[in-house]
Amino acid sequence: MASQIQGAITGIGELKPVRYSEGKTTLSLIAESVRLAIQDAGISKEDIDGLLVGPQVGETPQHVPATVSEYLGIDPTMSNTVDLGGATGPGMIWRAAAAIQAGMCETVVCVLANKNEKGETLRSPNRNPIREFDVPFGASGANTSYALLKRQHMEEHGSTQEDFARIAYWARKNAQLNPDAIFYNKPVEVEGILASPMIADPLHLLEIVMPVAGGAAVVVTSAEKAAEGKHKPVYLKGAGEKITHRAVSQAPSIDALPFNYSIPRALEQARTNVEDIDLFSLYDCYTSVVATTLESAGLCKPGEFGEFVKNHSFGHDGDYPLNTHGGQLGFGQADLAGGMSHVVEAVHQLRGEAGNRQIPNAKKALVTGNGATLSETTALVLGGEQ
Amino acid sequence: MSQHPNISLPSPTITPVSQPFWEGIQAGHLSLQQCDRCEQWVFYPREHCPHCFHDSLTWKKASGRGRLKTWSVIHRAGHPAWQEHTPYVVGVVVLEEGPSLLTHVLVDETDLTYNMKVEMEISEIGPHPLPFFKKQEETI
Repeated sequence: MASQIQGAITGIGELKPVRYSEGKTTLSLIAESVRLAIQDAGISKEDIDGLLVGPQVGETPQHVPATVSEYLGIDPTMSNTVDLGGATGPGMIWRAAAAIQAGMCETVVCVLANKNEKGETLRSPNRNPIREFDVPFGASGANTSYALLKRQHMEEHGSTQEDFARIAYWARKNAQLNPDAIFYNKPVEVEGILASPMIADPLHLLEIVMPVAGGAAVVVTSAEKAAEGKHKPVYLKGAGEKITHRAVSQAPSIDALPFNYSIPRALEQARTNVEDIDLFSLYDCYTSVVATTLESAGLCKPGEFGEFVKNHSFGHDGDYPLNTHGGQLGFGQADLAGGMSHVVEAVHQLRGEAGNRQIPNAKKALVTGNGATLSETTALVLGGEQ
Repeated sequence: MSQHPNISLPSPTITPVSQPFWEGIQAGHLSLQQCDRCEQWVFYPREHCPHCFHDSLTWKKASGRGRLKTWSVIHRAGHPAWQEHTPYVVGVVVLEEGPSLLTHVLVDETDLTYNMKVEMEISEIGPHPLPFFKKQEETI
């Protein structure tokens, strides 16, 4: 078993999601996110010697770290692009801690941001073999893939539309306590979710994240350095990662998805178990992802998330606080930065600064990230104590 | 389903490695690679076996039959050229030989059932013939 990880989050910066950005570049949103994060950490940009960034479809396909470093005016001794789809954010936190432990750098900024101009759709030019073997058949984009996974769960386990709708209901309900959420002041009942248009049957519109513009940056540093910080550090206690496939047609069975490995691995490394988790900050691009993540985390048996969701409450004052910021289903998904929102909320909760949505005495959070078609999975256990 | 050709539907982006697969489709049959060492079947086309990593695979004619693992009825197409054909069905078929593939399913929405037996039917909805799947015809 791997040793305890020595890394801590000392700064977070997150842009309020907007449906469409105007006159922004991804680089400017990255810089604004970083500015907020280092301000929060109480450091200057000269203190940053590590940089982790994400791929930028349509803007900067290569040399992303150098491009971002140049824009920010920093000269890191460690930099990299992390390319794990929605798992990129959590994946960055683990990599930052590992790079610090390896002596490559001491203070890493992990940043993801995305513009979203009205009427503009950025497409990856070529994505073989998916472009060759999925797209010509009428299967383009994530909605189709996640609909296929949801249908498989329904057929294999008898889960119902109401079971899935309850997940979106809780996300929207929790978003009512987060003024930054794109669906703040817009609650919706289970019936409203079920009545929303079918996009890719069995997925309804309101089971799918809203694409927005936004950004998030997180400062990770050594435990020693974190002790000198402005805020109570949030420690990385454990991490797990697993990739099993890329295309949905190559996915393992619905009961053998890669979170089955990455979540237990993170819990084990943190020497904790799922019942000791105070916040479940679970990646939720679609309702169906939360469903299988709850099962992979061992909160219920495979196929039984529906009963679990029916019998528990998921607000900050519930028995299983889940995505208290509203999740991406309530907060909005600024492309890859959406995955980082789950890290940012965990930090708010573990610092005790979540205001009217604060979980009493929150000590441990499970954060997950998921990319492609439940292919790239990362799980982190974050804790307020070393 | 509309059968008139629409040139803006996306065609497969064929590579030298996948060329034999598409030649098979042009000729009306589904061909798959089989590993010369571990004898497992492989899809999509590769030069290396993803099971045993052997570097010699042989193209063989496959059954063209399988079972429907999952499906989705598409109302909002991910590619603009497909929108006029909505609603249509895509699914994942597990072939008798073992591998799975994503395909277009020519089965009425109300007749779709989990694990139903399906077989390939070459369709030319777009500019390029593609292996679609339909309900398997009853045989003795």
